[in-house]
Amino acid sequence: MTGSRPHERDVDPVTGYETTGHDWNGIRELNTPFPRIVLWALALAFLYSVIAWILLPAWPIGRDFTRGLLGLDQGEMALAGYEKLEEARSDWMAAFADNPVADLAADPGLLARARPTAVRLFADNCAACHGTDGTGGPGFPNLTDRDWLWGGAPETIAETIRVGINSTDPDTRFAQMPAFGRDGMLSREDIVAVAKHVVALGHGQADPDSRGAAVFAENCVACHGEGGKGIPDNGAPTLISGHWIYGGDIQTVMTTLWNGRQGEMPTWQDRLSTAEINILALYVASLSENDGERDR
Amino acid sequence: MLRLHYNLEKLSMGLVVGIIVAASIGGAVEIAPLFTIDQTVEIPDDMRPLTPLELAGREVFIREGCYACHSQMVRHLADEIDRYGPYSLASESAWDHPMLWGSKRTGPDLARLGGKYSDAWHVAHLIDPRAVVPTSIMPAYPWLERSLDASDIGAQMGTLARLGVPYDDARLANAAADALAQSSPDSDGAAGVAERYGDNVAIRAFDGDPSRLTEMDALVAYLQSLGTQTRLPYAIMSEEQP
Ligand code: HEC
Ligand code: HEC
Ligand code: HEC
Repeated sequence: MTGSRPHERDVDPVTGYETTGHDWNGIRELNTPFPRIVLWALALAFLYSVIAWILLPAWPIGRDFTRGLLGLDQGEMALAGYEKLEEARSDWMAAFADNPVADLAADPGLLARARPTAVRLFADNCAACHGTDGTGGPGFPNLTDRDWLWGGAPETIAETIRVGINSTDPDTRFAQMPAFGRDGMLSREDIVAVAKHVVALGHGQADPDSRGAAVFAENCVACHGEGGKGIPDNGAPTLISGHWIYGGDIQTVMTTLWNGRQGEMPTWQDRLSTAEINILALYVASLSENDGERDR
Repeated sequence: MLRLHYNLEKLSMGLVVGIIVAASIGGAVEIAPLFTIDQTVEIPDDMRPLTPLELAGREVFIREGCYACHSQMVRHLADEIDRYGPYSLASESAWDHPMLWGSKRTGPDLARLGGKYSDAWHVAHLIDPRAVVPTSIMPAYPWLERSLDASDIGAQMGTLARLGVPYDDARLANAAADALAQSSPDSDGAAGVAERYGDNVAIRAFDGDPSRLTEMDALVAYLQSLGTQTRLPYAIMSEEQP
């Protein structure tokens, strides 16, 4: 660095800006002024922050805080927004809260109106277990067939959704497949025999004179019905439809018989409103109307 | 004013002082509100702290980086209330160190998850998300079925107690035992967990096997506790909603 002359004004002839006045081996550095617009923006931002500080909730003071002249409250605003949302759809949604589900099923216009909401509710709450299309998966029943555990009438489905099955709700529906093996209720030979019988039932090839059939008649019909065709609405599935919750192969049936099963369907009455539950019930009922027969 | 800056730049000590003043204004604005945080964030009367097992599950949640895809905060927006439930209150995470609000939602928000799904679903989903949600892009966590190392839960609770989380002597003394008992409902210790943490604590064999304490037990217990530590958010909703 040679010959620095800091106190002299030195203007660059090309740009018209001042230079720093320093001279590095003949090179001079421009001292371009800070852009005015940035300074203005900064000043405005500062000004806005002061105004916001006065208008909006901003600063804690002991047990309280400065509430701001506008008196805004994020929680109240959110709830007001939510109420508006509810109000906007109340013209059709109120019907679902106020009428018995059975009556609602008779109004196709109303059902069509609710369908997008039903699809969204199902995706947000039910699809994780029952699948996006309601066809279920291992351990989670298919809702598109007509093999109901508890019944497929919309009001029965609504009740199932409300209280759940084996759920934490005090009014829950309750259904348990006993652990015949683990709890020593049947001998291993009997279990193998009845398991084979169940697999055969699923294929419609059961031998009524087999040992398995005898064990079945003695231990299983109380819940699964005569010949395993199910008893409506008691929570135990039919074993002859070929549709399985857990599986109809010999290994899975053995596991079911050995350890028992107690699938849990959560309760939804704390999470969903009556209208939402009714919308879902009608939607679930409609799934089997369309697809059940095609499945078979 | 510009001249002031120009001159300050040539005076290094003056510049240092200027920087300190400017930076401490920013600092004070951010830090000062924290001095009264205990008064501003009111803890609801019915709020309970996480049990030792849930706390261990929270550590697993942090270790596995679940927060990178899942937030734990229902924001103050009508649509979020509609989907997830009551908006989150500051007090709900007052005892979280660190808080896990998160900032990215590759998966859904988890703030109101407790009770939404069954334990069996969580176990199946964590071992292989595709087994229950065929289109899921969530990673699989099959190693969570290994045993839980519960040896440092007590010490961790001690640290949290010093930060103001209400872990009293009885809770601290029984930390490891409570962790074990919460996942074996038929054990002698199960009643103690309910006694120390209240009745809305889930005491179940979360992974389906009461004889072994696994990381899965801890994580599922934690997931089932989310949003259940206080009823206040729900009370606020129903008060406003006739
Ligand atoms: C945590 C998983 C899970 C979720 C989420 C779930 N279910 Fe279920 N659901 C089940 C299981 C498991 C069963 C069967 C219970 C059994 O095995 O006894 C079931 C059974 C049912 C049944 C009874 C079927 C019959 O044959 O009677 C209906 C109806 C139903 N679910 C609807 C729903 C709806 C609607 C939703 C969403 C609001 C939902 N489920 C969410 C797991 C779930
Ligand atoms: C107390 C009533 C009860 C008795 C007795 C009973 N079951 Fe069950 N069973 C059930 C219930 C309830 C389920 C459904 C469990 C679930 O969904 O979680 C079930 C499920 C099953 C399943 C699984 C079906 C599927 O779709 O995967 C099989 C197989 C089965 N039972 C076979 C038997 C056999 C064989 C016997 C006799 C040895 C028997 N059950 C006795 C109540 C009973
Ligand atoms: C790469 C991002 C990613 C990571 C990391 C991740 N998840 Fe997920 N998670 C998802 C996505 C996407 C979904 C939605 C699809 C599904 O249900 O699998 C999801 C869904 C979930 C759900 C169901 C939520 C609901 O309400 O339906 C739970 C519970 C969950 N994750 C827990 C966890 C836990 C616990 C961890 C850490 C061990 C974790 N996730 C890590 C992406 C992720």
